[in-house]
Amino acid sequence: MISRRFLAIALLLGFTAAASAAEVNLYSTREPGLITPLLEQFTAETGIKVNTVFLSTGLAERVAAEGTSSPADVLMVVDIGNMMDLVTKGLTQQVRAAALEAAIPANLRDADGKWFALSLRARAILVSRDRVSDPPLTYEALAEPRWRGKVCLRGGQHPYNTALFAAMLAKDGPAATTAYLSALKANLGRKPGGGDRDVARDIMAGICDVGLINTYYGGLMLSGAGGAEQKRWGDAVRFVLPTFKDGSGTHVNVSAAGIARHAPNKAEAIRLLEWLVSRAAQRAYAEGNFEYPVRADMAPNAIIAAFGALRVDNTKLDAIAAKRAEASMLVDQTGFDR
Amino acid sequence: MTANAPTLPRIHAPSNRRTVGRGFPHVLAWGISLVVILPLLALLALALRGSGALWPHLIAYVLPAAALESALLLIGTAVLVIAIGTTTAWLVTAYEFPARRLLAWALLLPLAMPAYIVAYAYLDLLHPIGPLQSALRAVLGIANPAGLRLPDFRSLGGGIFLFGMAFYPYVYLNVRGSFLMQSAEALEAARVLGSSGVRLFFRIALPMARPAIAAGAALALMEVLGDIGASEFLGIQTLTLSVYVTWATRGSVEGAAQIALAMLIPVAILFALEHAVRRRRLRAELVSRPLLRRRLLGWRAALATLACALPVLLGFAAPALHLLFAAQARMAEHGVPWQLAGLAWNSARFAAVATMLAIVAGFVLAFCQRTANASLPMRIVQIGYAIPGTVLAVGLLGMLAAIDTSIQFLGLDFLRGPLLMASAAALVLAYVARFLAVPVSALEAGYARLPKAMDDAARAVGAHPASIAWHIHAPLLRPMLRASALLLFIECMRELPATLLLRPLNTETLATFIYGEAARGTYEDGAAAALLMVLIGLAPVLLLAGRRPAGDAQHLPRLRRLAYADTGRLVKRRWPQFYKGTD
Repeated sequence: MISRRFLAIALLLGFTAAASAAEVNLYSTREPGLITPLLEQFTAETGIKVNTVFLSTGLAERVAAEGTSSPADVLMVVDIGNMMDLVTKGLTQQVRAAALEAAIPANLRDADGKWFALSLRARAILVSRDRVSDPPLTYEALAEPRWRGKVCLRGGQHPYNTALFAAMLAKDGPAATTAYLSALKANLGRKPGGGDRDVARDIMAGICDVGLINTYYGGLMLSGAGGAEQKRWGDAVRFVLPTFKDGSGTHVNVSAAGIARHAPNKAEAIRLLEWLVSRAAQRAYAEGNFEYPVRADMAPNAIIAAFGALRVDNTKLDAIAAKRAEASMLVDQTGFDR
Repeated sequence: MTANAPTLPRIHAPSNRRTVGRGFPHVLAWGISLVVILPLLALLALALRGSGALWPHLIAYVLPAAALESALLLIGTAVLVIAIGTTTAWLVTAYEFPARRLLAWALLLPLAMPAYIVAYAYLDLLHPIGPLQSALRAVLGIANPAGLRLPDFRSLGGGIFLFGMAFYPYVYLNVRGSFLMQSAEALEAARVLGSSGVRLFFRIALPMARPAIAAGAALALMEVLGDIGASEFLGIQTLTLSVYVTWATRGSVEGAAQIALAMLIPVAILFALEHAVRRRRLRAELVSRPLLRRRLLGWRAALATLACALPVLLGFAAPALHLLFAAQARMAEHGVPWQLAGLAWNSARFAAVATMLAIVAGFVLAFCQRTANASLPMRIVQIGYAIPGTVLAVGLLGMLAAIDTSIQFLGLDFLRGPLLMASAAALVLAYVARFLAVPVSALEAGYARLPKAMDDAARAVGAHPASIAWHIHAPLLRPMLRASALLLFIECMRELPATLLLRPLNTETLATFIYGEAARGTYEDGAAAALLMVLIGLAPVLLLAGRRPAGDAQHLPRLRRLAYADTGRLVKRRWPQFYKGTD
């Protein structure tokens, strides 16, 4: 009896999702806590209702399985590799919108309009405030013998790390990258694992002296948004925006979005993307999430700005995405996570 | 008088007319197990679509080490869950000691929390700058955290501890159910003959509980095999993690399906071995009443209380208290998160519906296996439990898409758009598919304790199989049915990967909320939700505890009377002349 009522509810849900107008359906792997405030603001300003489903791995599979009847309008992910995965599987469509092209620099969007970066994060080096006076200034320097037993990292297979290794692979080729991974592994103070903030905590505890972290975690810790405990971790470390050894700049990754191939509400979807790169929304990305705005004409939050001026590495994002699988296999081959 | 006695009719062998056709139970069993078989087939199709290109790499660099790490993790966890689960189950069934009734249900509490949240909480507690080590350093007068280096929790040993504490209740629950179903006479006879407690446990109770131990341990280990979050957090490089990396980092869902399916082969072999061993010593008798608990006194009583309290403390109280403090600090700052009420309602209703369906389906499966030897569908359901949830969820996507397509193909899509995909019904279906093994395993172990002669007797008087299942088996299996309903409910509430992937738009549950916060690195924000999950998980536990646990078998006389009355009615209908004038 209850299950029959259940089916009725299910049918009703499916029905209303297909029938109403002035709404847009967002499939996102970004965390609800970050995105929901933005979406509420969008609805308040435009009157367009945003229906969301927050997924993890499997966004591509779900959209593909839903096929032509998929209700998805906007697909939003973190990491360029995940975004390109959607593009190469043909799950996004080409979009031309002047407002998007004006707001987003050309290197941070697809030439065909199949994806658009919405915010940036840099991979920073963090060092113990007490114990390290001359921090490493390049990613390669982390592999130098002087850091033996002093490096802490999250898992080598995590997208934030594989993207960095993929950038190196694109620059220097597999032999140099393998050598780098082996040397870096030899420097590890503990097995790779946990999250970026655990690196700060481990440095505070004296397990390591240096590590890697995404910049917005620095903002979350130092602002006190993550609680008093995390503020202590953040205060124990210093943040450095490193370059690669060729001096080309800091490795960045993106949060990005594209319009779904079979989007039933394409106009509203484009409107959502345009709104997300507007100055007001980009301000929210910077102040609420501590990310770098994608717009060249806007500055990050003051805490992030204090890490130094960001000079973005010139490796193309799609080149990094293309090397992701190979980088991941090198991580296996060097036994990096063991 | 004797001369006028009515001539008794000769009782015929039961005719097949009254029983269901021989093939029907097989059809039924296969039909139910389709809910697991179809997603597995979808995975197989996916796996076949991929090339074999990843295997040389895996064999050379990943599998040997990952298999070893997984094996060590599984063996360690098995030892821990069996030791804790069996000991505590025996103590609370066979002895009376202070706080026994409280502990008997409190021992289930660790089930209510997702393992990865417990891992986060433990790292907070055990980290060098966490409260425990800080206090220790203060006592020892060491100022610098680096001055005292204890083993890191993020290790294989930490993982074994974590999973042992999180999953021992699977063994505890099954084994306790089995002890309650054991014949008190056998145990008490041994007591009278002078068997001491320990001897009684090892020589009689334990061998009789073996099917239940195996069933509980199998569930616990498959839970470990399916875990990704906690292992990744602790830096343990398991086979399952390599499945995940193949998919998430290398973008090859086909390769992930290949590895996940390949992992089923050793699982299937283990299952086959276990059953081959078990078959040799199958013994069943009907329980008349539960074992009388012997009162423990003095230090023995204290020891028993401690032994049962320690797993509760380590598996639940310590992490839960930590969460409670974190949640309270959050709420002081951000207020009470009222939106959690809606999420809790979602969690509870999806879980409740799925639990009911899975219990019925599991009971029918186990019954078909018992009466018609339809074992294969049941084995497939059990082995399917070893597929990591994330991967099975992809298989379910494939299955749902195929069903929706066929509905459209048949012109039944009057609702425009997919019927099942991303609906509440799909979510419930997914829970049943993922957790059908839970009731099936428990009921199989329960059935092993019921003599087949009972079924034969009921059939001899012409009872319909459905009547046997409802009036005879269900009451006798009640401890197992209750235990699995509880497990199912909690499992569904906790379920993450399928919920994330398959839920409808704008639908969050407690589990997805906790995940969202944990992914953002603010798992303390999810603390309130995690505690709420514990509370809702507690509701059925309390419901169970509210009844007298000893009563697990006390209802038997009444129900058996009912069963007799039923078969009596059947006998009357069949041989009315025999009853003429008797009522």
